[in-house]
Amino acid sequence: MSFPWAKQYEPKTGFTKWMDEKLPLPRFVYNAVGAGYPVPRNLSYMWNFGVLAGFCLVLQIVTGVVLAMHYAANAGVAFDSVEHIMRDVNWGWAIRYAHANGASAFFVVLYLHIFRGFFYSSYKAPREMIWLIGVVIFLLTMATAFMGYVLPWGQMSFWGAKVITGLFGAIPLVGEPLQVWLLGGYAPDNAALNRFFSLHFLLPFVIAGVVILHIWALHIPGSSNPTGVEVKSESDTVPFHPYYTAKDGFGLGVFLLVYCAFVFFMPNALGHPDNYIPANPLSTPAHIVPEWYFYPFYAILRAFTFDFILPAKLWGVLAMFAAILVWFFLPWLDKSPVRSGHYRPLFRKFFWFGLVPCMAVLFYCGGAPAEEPYVMISQIATAYYFLHFLVFLPIISSIEKPEPLPFSITEAVLGSDDKAVLGKDAETAA
Amino acid sequence: MIRLVGILVGLVFTFVVVLAFVVGAYNHITEPAAETAEHAFHLDPHGPAEGFAHNGLMPEWDLAQLQRGYQVYKEVCSACHSLEQVAFRNLAELGYSEEEVKAEAASWVVPAINPDTGENTTRPGTPTDYFPSPYANDVAAAAANNNAIPPDLSLMTKARHHGPEYVYSLLTGYQEPSAELAERFPDSVPGPGLYHNPYFANLNLAMAPPITADGQVTYADGTAATVDQMAQDVAAFLTWTAEPSLVDRVKMGWMVMGFLLFVTILAWLAKKSVWSTLKTRKD
Repeated sequence: MSFPWAKQYEPKTGFTKWMDEKLPLPRFVYNAVGAGYPVPRNLSYMWNFGVLAGFCLVLQIVTGVVLAMHYAANAGVAFDSVEHIMRDVNWGWAIRYAHANGASAFFVVLYLHIFRGFFYSSYKAPREMIWLIGVVIFLLTMATAFMGYVLPWGQMSFWGAKVITGLFGAIPLVGEPLQVWLLGGYAPDNAALNRFFSLHFLLPFVIAGVVILHIWALHIPGSSNPTGVEVKSESDTVPFHPYYTAKDGFGLGVFLLVYCAFVFFMPNALGHPDNYIPANPLSTPAHIVPEWYFYPFYAILRAFTFDFILPAKLWGVLAMFAAILVWFFLPWLDKSPVRSGHYRPLFRKFFWFGLVPCMAVLFYCGGAPAEEPYVMISQIATAYYFLHFLVFLPIISSIEKPEPLPFSITEAVLGSDDKAVLGKDAETAA
Repeated sequence: MIRLVGILVGLVFTFVVVLAFVVGAYNHITEPAAETAEHAFHLDPHGPAEGFAHNGLMPEWDLAQLQRGYQVYKEVCSACHSLEQVAFRNLAELGYSEEEVKAEAASWVVPAINPDTGENTTRPGTPTDYFPSPYANDVAAAAANNNAIPPDLSLMTKARHHGPEYVYSLLTGYQEPSAELAERFPDSVPGPGLYHNPYFANLNLAMAPPITADGQVTYADGTAATVDQMAQDVAAFLTWTAEPSLVDRVKMGWMVMGFLLFVTILAWLAKKSVWSTLKTRKD
C-alpha cells in the first residue's frame, strides 16, 4: 500500500521498459526506498537508525564472509587462526577489527532505534507487526553476536559460552539434557565451537530475511513521525528519495566517523583483555562478563539472588528472558491513543527520569563485579525495569491527560496547514 | 485482560527481586563482606615517566628500543616464556636487514625431525620458523616452575588492562610486602616460591623478579641497561609482538577520518541543498 499521491515509476529507456515487464525490480526499489515511497516530512535524526542498522548488517556480512575464509573453527587452532588473520592475512587486522567493532556499532544503533520506538510509541497500531518483527530481529542479533564472540576461543569466549549455556541447566527437569544437547557435550568444546560457527554464519542471512519482512510491514502504514499524527495529505510527506536518502547519507557519514574512530584508534576498548588469552577450561577468569551490549540483561540475570519458591538462578533466567519478551506486549500494554512522547507529559517523565537512567544503571552494573553495592543497585534497577513496562505504562496510559496534538504534520512543521503543498513548493523552487 | 496479566507478572518479578534486595541488604549490613587484600593493596599500572613512543594519536615505533627489548626478551624472558605467535621473519619489522634476520634466526635452536632417522632432534632456526618454546610441553613447563606455567608473551600487552604499562609496572614493582599488609592480611604475605608485587592481580606471583640489577643485559647499542630501561624496552617490544599493525593502523586511521570528514561535509551540503526547496516555518 502507499499513499495515492505516491510518485509512479515510469521506465524511460528500452531496457528498463523490457525489465519492468519481465522482472520489475527497479520498480520495486523505486517504491521501497526511492521517490515512490512518501515519508512524513518531519522525521528527526532519530529516524536514521533503521537505515544504519541495515548498513551494519551488510557490513557484518561482508567482513564476516571474508573472515570465514581465513578462520578455522576447531578448538585446537581457532585462537591461532584469529592471530593468523591479525598478522599474516593482508589487511586481516582491519577486517577483524571492523567486524568486532561492527558488532558493537550494530548494537548501539539497535538500542537507539528501539529507544526511539519506546519514546514515540512506534509499536502502536497500525505498526504492531513492524514492532513484533523488530523484537525478533533483536533476539536473532543477540544470538548471532553471542555465538560470534565464542569463535576466537579466548578465555571470555569459553567462559561466556559456559555461563550462558549453563543458564539452560536452570530449567527444571529438561534443563540438563537440553544443555548437553545444545553444546554437544558437558562443556563447551569442539562440538560446540563448530555448531556455533555454522549458526553464526547462517543467522545473519536469516536476519536479512526478517529485515525484509520488517521493511515490508513498514511500507503498509508508512513511517511514523515525531508528532505521532498520521499522514493526512500530500503536503505531510516528501518522497524518500532524494529527501531521506540525502538525510540518511549524512547520518551514515557521522556514524562512520564514530565507528572508524573505534576501529582505528581504540579497537579493543569495547572488548575484554581476557579474550587474548587462549581458552583454558582449567582456569576460571576472576570476572566473567559478556560483551557490553548484553550488560543490562546480564545485570537482571544476576539481580535474582534469593530462592523464593523457585531457585534464584531460575528466577534470574526467567527475568532475563522476560525482560525482552515484555517488549512483544508493548502494543497492548500501552493503550494511550497518543503516540509521541512529546505530547505525553507523564509518560515523558517516566521515560527520561525512569527508563533511561534505569537502563544506564543496568548497563553499568552488568559489567561490574558481582559484589555489593552493584548487586543491590541492579536489584533496584531491575525492579524499576519490570514496574516500568508492566505496571507504570498501563497505568500512565489510563490516567494521563495528553497535551493537544497538532492537526497535521504540515501544521506542526509550518504553523498552519493551508500554506503549503509540497508539489507546488518544489516546482516554484525548481 | 492482557494489562491485568501484565501488571500481575510485573508485580511478581518486582516482589522477588525486592525480596532479594532486602535479604541482600540485611546480609550486607549484618555481615559486611570483609575487605580483601587485593582491594586494599593492588595498584593500577603506570607507564615510564617519559611514556611510550607507540602511545597517543601519533604513535611511532622506536626501533632502537624494540631491538633492545628483543634483546631483553632473548636474554632474560625467553628462559621461561614462549613467543609462539611471532616468527623470526617478523624481526625484519624491527629494522634488521635480511642477513641479520637470518643470523638472528640461526642463533635460536628449534625442534626438528631428523630426515634420516625420523627421530626428534633440533636445528638452527630459519626466518620462517616461529620462536621456539623453552619447554617441550605444558607438563614440563609446570614441573619446572612450581606448577605455574609461564604464559606465552606474544599477546601479553593485549591480554591485560593497560598492557604495556602493566608489563613495565610489574617488572619494576617487586617489593617486600609492607608491614601493614602483614598485619591486616597475614594470609596475603607471600609463601615460599611466591613474590609480592602490588601490580599483580592477587598481589603474589610465582615469577621471581626477572630483572634485578642494572647491567643485567649488555645492550648492543651501548644504552645504559638500568632496571627501568630494560623494563621499558621489553614492554615496548611486547607491545609490538601483540600488535605489529598498531602504528600502521593509527596512521591509516587518520587518512580514513580525513576522507570520511570530507565525504560527510559533502553529504551535509547535499542534504541542505535537497531540503532547501522545502518550505519551513518562518515565525
